Amino acid sequence: MVTLPTSGESQQWVGQPLQRREDARFLRGTGRYTDDVPHAFALHAAFVRSPIAFGVIRSIDVRPALEIPGVIAVLTSADLGHATLTGFLDRDEFIKTAMPILANERVRFVGEPLAIVIATSRYIAEDAIEAVSYEIDEFDPIVAMDDAQRTPQPIHDEAPDGVLVDLRMFNDDELEEVLATSHVVVDETFRSGRLQAAPMEGRGCLAEWIDRDDQLVVTVSTQLPHQVRTGIAQALGLAERQVRVIVPDVGGGFGFKAVLGREEVAVAAAARILRRPVRWAEDRLESLTASFQGREQEYTVRAGFTEDGVLTGLAADIRCNIGAYSAFPFTCGLEPIMAATEFLGVYKVPRYASRSRGIASNKPPSNAYRGVSRPQIVMVMEGLMDRAADRLGIDRVEIRRRNTIRAEDFPYSGPNGITYEPGSYLEALELCAAQVEAAGWRQRCEEAAPGFIRGIGIANFSERNAYGTATMGLRRMPMTPGFEVAHLAMDASGDVTLTSGTCSAGQGHETTFAQIVADRLGIAPDRIQLRQGDTDLTSFGWGTFAGRSLVIGGGAAAVAARRLAVQLREVAAQLLSVDADDVELVNGHARVRGTGASISIDEIAKTVHFRSHLLTDREEYLLESHGSADPSGMFSNGCHAALVEIDAGTCAVQVLDYLVVEDCGVIVNPLVVDGQVRGGIAQGIGATLYEEASYSPDGQPLAGSFMSYLVPTAAEMPPISIHHLETPCYQTETGVKGMGEAGTIGAPAVILSALNDALRSRDAWLEHVPVTPADIQRLLALPTKMESS
Amino acid sequence: MSESREITLTVNGERHLIVVEPRRTLADVLRIDLGLTGTHVGCEHGICGACTVLMDDEPVRACLIFGVQADGSSVRTVEGLAVKGELTDLQQAFSRHHALQCGFCTPGFLMLAEGYLATTPAPDPVAVREMASANLCRCTGYQGIVDAIVEVAEHRFRQRPI
Amino acid sequence: MKPARFDYHRASTTLEAVALIDDLGEEAKFIAGGQSLVPMMNFRLARPSALIDIMHIGDLDSIQRDGDALVVGALTRHRTLETSTDPTLMGGFALLPTAARWIGHTPIRTRGTIGGSLMHADASAEWCMMARLFNAQLRLEGPRGRRTVAADDWFQGMFSTAADFNELLVEIRFTTPRQCGALAEFSRRHGDFATAAVAVAFDVVDDRLCNVGIVIGGVEGVPVRAGEAETLLEGASVGAVDVDGAARSAAAGVAPMESEPREAAYRRHLVDTLTRRAIHDALATGVQ
Repeated sequence: MVTLPTSGESQQWVGQPLQRREDARFLRGTGRYTDDVPHAFALHAAFVRSPIAFGVIRSIDVRPALEIPGVIAVLTSADLGHATLTGFLDRDEFIKTAMPILANERVRFVGEPLAIVIATSRYIAEDAIEAVSYEIDEFDPIVAMDDAQRTPQPIHDEAPDGVLVDLRMFNDDELEEVLATSHVVVDETFRSGRLQAAPMEGRGCLAEWIDRDDQLVVTVSTQLPHQVRTGIAQALGLAERQVRVIVPDVGGGFGFKAVLGREEVAVAAAARILRRPVRWAEDRLESLTASFQGREQEYTVRAGFTEDGVLTGLAADIRCNIGAYSAFPFTCGLEPIMAATEFLGVYKVPRYASRSRGIASNKPPSNAYRGVSRPQIVMVMEGLMDRAADRLGIDRVEIRRRNTIRAEDFPYSGPNGITYEPGSYLEALELCAAQVEAAGWRQRCEEAAPGFIRGIGIANFSERNAYGTATMGLRRMPMTPGFEVAHLAMDASGDVTLTSGTCSAGQGHETTFAQIVADRLGIAPDRIQLRQGDTDLTSFGWGTFAGRSLVIGGGAAAVAARRLAVQLREVAAQLLSVDADDVELVNGHARVRGTGASISIDEIAKTVHFRSHLLTDREEYLLESHGSADPSGMFSNGCHAALVEIDAGTCAVQVLDYLVVEDCGVIVNPLVVDGQVRGGIAQGIGATLYEEASYSPDGQPLAGSFMSYLVPTAAEMPPISIHHLETPCYQTETGVKGMGEAGTIGAPAVILSALNDALRSRDAWLEHVPVTPADIQRLLALPTKMESS
Repeated sequence: MSESREITLTVNGERHLIVVEPRRTLADVLRIDLGLTGTHVGCEHGICGACTVLMDDEPVRACLIFGVQADGSSVRTVEGLAVKGELTDLQQAFSRHHALQCGFCTPGFLMLAEGYLATTPAPDPVAVREMASANLCRCTGYQGIVDAIVEVAEHRFRQRPI
Repeated sequence: MKPARFDYHRASTTLEAVALIDDLGEEAKFIAGGQSLVPMMNFRLARPSALIDIMHIGDLDSIQRDGDALVVGALTRHRTLETSTDPTLMGGFALLPTAARWIGHTPIRTRGTIGGSLMHADASAEWCMMARLFNAQLRLEGPRGRRTVAADDWFQGMFSTAADFNELLVEIRFTTPRQCGALAEFSRRHGDFATAAVAVAFDVVDDRLCNVGIVIGGVEGVPVRAGEAETLLEGASVGAVDVDGAARSAAAGVAPMESEPREAAYRRHLVDTLTRRAIHDALATGVQ
C-alpha cells in the first residue's frame, strides 16, 4: 500500500500523506466488523425494552415468548443474578448509583432493557419481544433538567434532588467583587441539545464460552477492549484472564463506544448461562433511542470585561442532563468535569469560579461524544467574546486578540490549575483572520442576493487531549486511564509486529503507527504490522478516546522502536565489526557512517533468528522491545472561520465556506489529519443545524430514525480549506499532539458566531444549538435595530 | 406462503439457489445466506445507504427489498468490484482521496457511484455531490468521496471508446 | 428492525392480483417498489399478513399520450419519469420529470413507483401533489370491475385514500396540461420529505394566466389546493401578477398539522415563501 518511492538517501515517513493500509480491505468489502464475523452456530439476541420512561415494574411474563419455535431463552434481571455496572468517581460530590444490566424493579427511560431474548434468528427474537408481556406502574418522568424540582419521585433514591454529581472545583472569593467593578458584565445562558454520535456501525457483540481456554471470548465493537474486559469480568464474577475481548474493525466510535453497555454484558452473560454462542447487532432504532447520548447542557455565565475588552473574571453555572444512569467506566461526571476544568480555553481569565452538575433524567445515559463539553465551552466562550465585542464596540477579532494567551506567556498557568504548553493561539487567530480577508468573504457578504443574509464567524479554541494518569488521577476514577505500552518484535524475515493497547475505530492506526516506527527502524512502513484490539494479544491499554491513540500509543511505539533500533545497530556492529555508535538504520539497511559498509536489516533479522551462534554477548535472544508513554496531556489548538447564509424565505442556514487553521504539533499523516478535521466539522455542523435527540414531555423519543435524527449529507457540507501550523509537543518523543476532536469542537461556535453576525441588525442573539429554521424565523420577525430606534 | 421459498439470485456473476423466508431482506440474504458481508446494514429504513447494491445494474437499498422480490434478478455487490484482485479505478481513487475512514459506509458509496457513473458519463461536481447525498458517512465529511467520484468520472469519460 | 412474518405472492396480471387480495382479505397488501412500505414493516409499524408483489405485472409500466392527457402506468418508476423529458410526450407536463427529481435519492427512485406513492398517500409526496395539480384521474381495478377516482377525491386523510383494500391502482391519467409549472420545496436536509412544498401550474393565454392550479404539500394531512390564491391569479396579466397576495393567501389558508405555535407559524411562513418562489419559477418557464 505504500506508494511513495523508497529510493533516495533516507526516507522520512512521518509527515507523508501515505494512503492507508487499511483501505484495501474496506474497499473490497473484506473489512470485518463485529456483525461480519462468521459463526455458523451463533444464536441471536434482542432486547425487550421499556415503552415507559419512568415507572415500577410489577411483573414480566416471558412464557408466551418461550412457546415460539426458535426461541431458546428469555432472561430477566433475576436470571443474571441482578448483575450491575457501576461507573463512579471516588469523591464526596459524586453519588454512586448502579446501572442494572437488565432493569430491576424500576425502568428509567424508554428503551431500557427489561429482558434479553435469545433465538435462532434476529427475526424470531423480535417476534418473541412482542410476545413478552409486562406491567409497569408509571411515574411522571423527568425530561428537562428543571423537571427534577417538581417531581416528587426521584430517579435514584440515593439522589433525592436528582443531582448525581455537584462539583465546585474552582472557587474565587474575590470574583464577585471583580465582576461588580467590571466595566461590563455579559450575563447569558447558553444551551446545547441532546445528541447521538450515530456511527454508521451500531454497537454489537458476539460472545462464546470456550471450555478449552476456560474463557469467555467476546467480540465487540468498542473503543476500550481492556475496560470492556474488566467490566464484563466484574459483572459476571470472572477473573480478568477468563474474559478475552476481541475488537475487529470498528465502524466509527466517536466516544459512543468508549463505554461498556449493559447489552454487551447481557449477551456475554447469556452465552455463559446457555453455554452457546450468542450475537447481537444493535439496530438503528436501538442505537438512536436506547444506547448512549450526550451534550444536553446549559451554561449560565457571567463574564466581566474592562472598557478595553479584557476579561476580568468569569462565573459559570453548568448543568448537564446526564440521563438515567452513570455510564461505565467514565461516569456521569465526564461532561461536568470537562466543562468546568477546560472552560477557559485559549483565553487569559484572571478570576474564575464554576459549579458544574450532572442531573439525572428519564433519558438514555450520557457518555462521551467527540469533544465532550468542549463544543459547548468553546461556543460559550466565543459567544461571550462576540457579545462583549458588540457591547464595547470592539472588533470581534481584536477582542479575541486582547484576551488570547500569547507565545511569551507559555508555560501558562490558569486559574483552572492547568499548565499550558506552547501553542500557536494568537498565530492561529491572526492567520485565520488573514485568510478570511484573503478569501474575500466580506465582499461575498455584500453580494448576498435579495432575501438572503450572510455572516462571518470566527472561533479560536484549544483541544486538550492524550490525558495521562497524572491528569486522569485528579478525576478520582477507580480505574485511572492514561498510559500505554507498546511491544515490537521483528521476525526472521525482517518484518515487524507492533502491538498496542489503543484500538482503532477507523482512524488509520495501522498506517500512522507504522510511519512512526518506520522512521526509527529505517524500514518501510509496509513492513510493520500493527496488531490491536485483542486482550490476549496485547498486554494492556486504555483504548482510543480523547486524542490519545497516536500521542500515547504512538509515543510508546516510538520508544519501543528506538530500543529495537539499538538492538539492530548492536547486531549490525558485531556483524560488520564496527562500533554500534557508527551504525545508522537507513532504507532497510544498517550502514556504517562514512565507510559505505552495510548489511540489510532482513539479513540481521535472519541471523538473529537462524544463526544466533554467530553473535556474542547478547543479553536477550531475538529482536523484541517494549516502550511506554504517559504524558500528562497537551493542548492542540485551532481557529475556525465560517461564512454562512440565511435564506430569509425558508429560514434555512447554509454554510457557504469554511476555513480551518489547525495546530496539532507534528503531523504524522496529513491525509489522516485533514480527514479527521473534515469529518469532525461535519459532525459539528450536524450538531449546530440538524441533529437533536429530542423527547416529548412524557419522555418518548422523537428522533428514532434517520428521518428524524438528521445526520448531514454531502449536500449540507461546505468546502473546507485547511491550513496547518506545527508547534511540536515536548511531552512526547514524536512531537505529536492529538487532534481527533477539533472539527467537532470548533464548528458550533463558529457557525453560531456567523449567524449572530448575519443577524446583527436584530437585537437578538442565538445562544443555543441546534438552531432550527423556526428559530431563525422568530429572530427574523423581530424588528431590526433601525426599525426599533 | 410464509414458509420459505426457493429463489434464484445471480450475485457477482454466480448463480445461487437459496431457500428464504419471505421476510428476509435482500441485505440479510447477501450477508447471512451468501456470506457476502461487505454489504453493510446501517439503518434498515433506507436512509443511510450502507446496504446499497446494484440490482439489474441499478443502485438499490438492499434493506428495502425482500429476497423473494429479487428472485430472478442479478445483483452486484462490493465483493464483485475488484477484477482478479485488482482494485478498480474508483476503489483506488477512494484511497487516494482518503474517501474512507472507518470503512463501514464505503461499500454502499462504491455501489452507488458505480451505478450512477454507468448512466451518467460526465457529471459535474455539483451533480456528483447531489448524487452522493443519497448515502450517509459519519467520518469523512464527504469531500474525499465527492473528489474521488469526480476524478474517476472525468478519467472514464476521457478513456471512453469513441 | 426485522419485519413480522408475512406470506408472499407474486401476481403476473392485474386480475390475478385483485383476485388474490380479495381472497386474502384486508390484512394483505400490494407491494410495488416498497420504498415506503418496507421501512414501515422493518419498524413493525406495518405488519401485513401477506404481500402481493405486483412488480411483475407486465403492462403497468408505461407513459403514453392520449390526446391532452398523459397516461402513466401505476408501476412506472420515479426514475423513469425523471428521465422522460421528451417534449412531444411530456408537453404540458414538463413539471413531472422535475418533480421526480425531488423524490428521495437515486436508489429510492430506481425502485419506487408512482402508483405506490399515490397509494401510500404521504401529504408531502410529489406525485400526490402532481395528481391534484394536474387533475389526475386514478383508475382502480377491483373485484367488481374498474372505477376511476378524481385526485380531488382520492386523499381521505393522512396516509388514507379512496381505494378499497381490494382495489389496485393501475393507471394515473393527468388530464390538464399546462404551459407553465414549477415546484418549490423545502426540507432541512437534502433529499428528505418536504417540510412544505408548493406546486403551481397555469396556462398563459393572451398574456393572461388561466387554468391556475396551486397545490400545497406537507403542511396538512393531505395535499391541499390553495383555492383563494388560484382565484387571485386567474386572469392576471403576466406583467402584473399579485405574487404577494397569492402567497399571503396561500399561507393564510393552510391549517398546519403542527400544534406547537412556533412550528405552525414557521410552516405558514414557508408556504408563503414557497408559493412566491413557485409562481416566479412557473412564470419563468413560460418565458422560455
